[in-house]
Amino acid sequence: MRETPSTSKRRIKIIVAKPALDGHDRGALVLCRAFRDAGMEVIYAGLLTTPEQVAQMAIDEGVDVVALSLLNGAHMTVFPKVLRLLKEKGGEDILVVGGGIIPEGDKAKLERMGITGNFGPGTPLKEAVEHIISRVRKERWATREAARGGRPLSSTKPRQSPGP
Amino acid sequence: MSKSNSSGYWLSKVRELHSSSRPRAQHKYAEAMDEWEAKTLGPWLKHSTERRRSFTTSSNFKLKALYGPSDVEGIDPIKDIGFPGAYPFTRGIYPSMYRGRQWTMRMFSGYGTPKDTNRRLKYLLSKGETGLSIAFDMPTLYGYDADDVRALGEVGRCGVNVSSLDDVERLFSGIPLGRVSTSMTINAPAAVLMAMYLATAKEQEVPFKRLRGTTQTDILKEYIAQKEWAFPPEAHMRLIRDMMVYCTKNVPQWNYISVSGYHIREAGASALQELAFTLADGFSYVDLGLSAGLPVDSFAPRLSFFFNSTMNFLEEVAKFRAARRIWATVLKEKYRAKDPRSLLLRFHTQTSGASLTWQQPLNNIVRTAIEALAATLGGTQSLHTNAYDEAWALPTEGSAEVALRTQQILAEETGIADVVDPMGGSYYLEWLTRELEEGAYIYFDKIDKLGGVIGAIKTGYLQREIADTAYETQKRIEEKQNVIVGVNDFKVEETQPISTLKIDERAQKAQREALADLRKTRDAASVRFSLARFRHSLQDEKDNCMPSLIRAVIARSTLGEIMQVGREVYGSWKEPMVI
Repeated sequence: MRETPSTSKRRIKIIVAKPALDGHDRGALVLCRAFRDAGMEVIYAGLLTTPEQVAQMAIDEGVDVVALSLLNGAHMTVFPKVLRLLKEKGGEDILVVGGGIIPEGDKAKLERMGITGNFGPGTPLKEAVEHIISRVRKERWATREAARGGRPLSSTKPRQSPGP
Repeated sequence: MSKSNSSGYWLSKVRELHSSSRPRAQHKYAEAMDEWEAKTLGPWLKHSTERRRSFTTSSNFKLKALYGPSDVEGIDPIKDIGFPGAYPFTRGIYPSMYRGRQWTMRMFSGYGTPKDTNRRLKYLLSKGETGLSIAFDMPTLYGYDADDVRALGEVGRCGVNVSSLDDVERLFSGIPLGRVSTSMTINAPAAVLMAMYLATAKEQEVPFKRLRGTTQTDILKEYIAQKEWAFPPEAHMRLIRDMMVYCTKNVPQWNYISVSGYHIREAGASALQELAFTLADGFSYVDLGLSAGLPVDSFAPRLSFFFNSTMNFLEEVAKFRAARRIWATVLKEKYRAKDPRSLLLRFHTQTSGASLTWQQPLNNIVRTAIEALAATLGGTQSLHTNAYDEAWALPTEGSAEVALRTQQILAEETGIADVVDPMGGSYYLEWLTRELEEGAYIYFDKIDKLGGVIGAIKTGYLQREIADTAYETQKRIEEKQNVIVGVNDFKVEETQPISTLKIDERAQKAQREALADLRKTRDAASVRFSLARFRHSLQDEKDNCMPSLIRAVIARSTLGEIMQVGREVYGSWKEPMVI
């Protein structure tokens, strides 16, 4: 795809969060570094936050994406709660992606709610990065371009990770 | 083989092998090795290139193709390597090691309600397990009750839920505490769980001096790696001080701190970082005991360690040996310990959960076996082997049994337990042991300059070191410099081939109901009174809070209520930015 000035200069703003009693932050910290190296603006919400705090931070910071990581089995309670709170607080256009130890059956349920990715251990960083870039382009930038009368981008393929 | 005419030759070889008058090589080993490099290795590499440009260990030590006597010059076979059961204990802490008694097979388990876990503990005991090891769920680890809003969705998921003394009594129901040794993986609320265990022993009429076991209690590695704290570091250290003082006097066989590298490694550290940060934590607890006025020999023998064993096999074996040597040396030289037991680094090992793959999970049985082998060749005192399905979920009974069988096969079938430190003397291993030792001393110096472990935690140095290594490792995997079978090579189309343990909402419901019941039936006045006394004790820095804690749990104050008092007195902790 040919870059238009408005898309090539854009940075994805993402918040990485673990809104539960879960200190397993290795994956989240690695992803923060990967997202940063892929050119995104990364906010790490820190540990022991609540879904309320994360949703509020996401809205206050005006992020494109909330990336949730949980390895403690509470994803089916916490992930949907963040999504619901975002909607309630007026952040319904913020994308939510997830990852951690998430059984197959739960993945399908989360996907249906609109929480995508749900990457497990061993996922290449590139796959997570590309998933996010692709969703942002399709669901946030394309629709806004369209709303502003710009060229819709939804049919274009996501470009490769812009990072090194 | 032709008959008879060569028989004289074979037997001359037998005699020659034991002959001291056998002609020796004429020149020095170093020269011989130089010659081998020039004449044999060099030409070989010209037509047969190596698989990689450089070979390194997890700690980034660059490896040569071959190690020999000249690489271990300066390592004294008597002073540095020495003998098992003798200073500096490089080869093991006991003279005959596993020839006397095998390592303790201690399988970490816990899920759901205390009743669920009680059943699993009895199952493992019936299968020949020799020590108990309890895993708690997240609310318990952070010190919240099952009915706290923060516990929603987490009760019983990662371990057993404990909110009150009643739960601990249910957990050990029918298990005589005087006859088992129990390890409890609990840190921020360790003092509270210790109090509950002591109260349960009282109930079973077992005298405290007969209790054997371990509470992990290692809060420093929580700030460094596992990130399960409740209060700021100094507050937790004060509680640990009280446990040390109380147990030294009243529960003499209890290991009240298990200084843990396991979580540091799982968070992404290298073998060297695990070794160095863990021992630095260990020294901090020695300093803590000294600052409480305890003589070093009164408590050092009760400090135990907990290490990870992961896939870089020989580096792991070297790590365990280096750890023993450093601990003995520093306790003797710096802390002037006189009791030989103070110098012994006793340790538990768990195979690495992070090394297990979600892909092709049966391969994890092989990984765990290799890691368990490293731990036993490294001289561990007890071992937990992970189940193959743990990248998916908590283990089922079937997968936990395979994990235990892995240890039994190692112990009984391989012959490795029949000789002490069979790897000792390997040029490469001894060289690597010294490299790790040297690297650890350099880290200790850095940590000291940052104000000790707590100072280094507050600057985020230790956390950043680990996160950076974790990221580098991940990048090496993605660039296929590190191959993980089934993950970035030798892949297959994955279908879910195994059935995993499901934990439903039943545990949460049961625990909430039990708590509601407790809150209704207990004596509210004595709960209030006991919590007030505990608060008062916390506010008096010089007081020991253990007696008031024991009274509080017996009054049926809950874990969450007790920890809430601590949060009100000490406040909470926000970690420095580490990205």
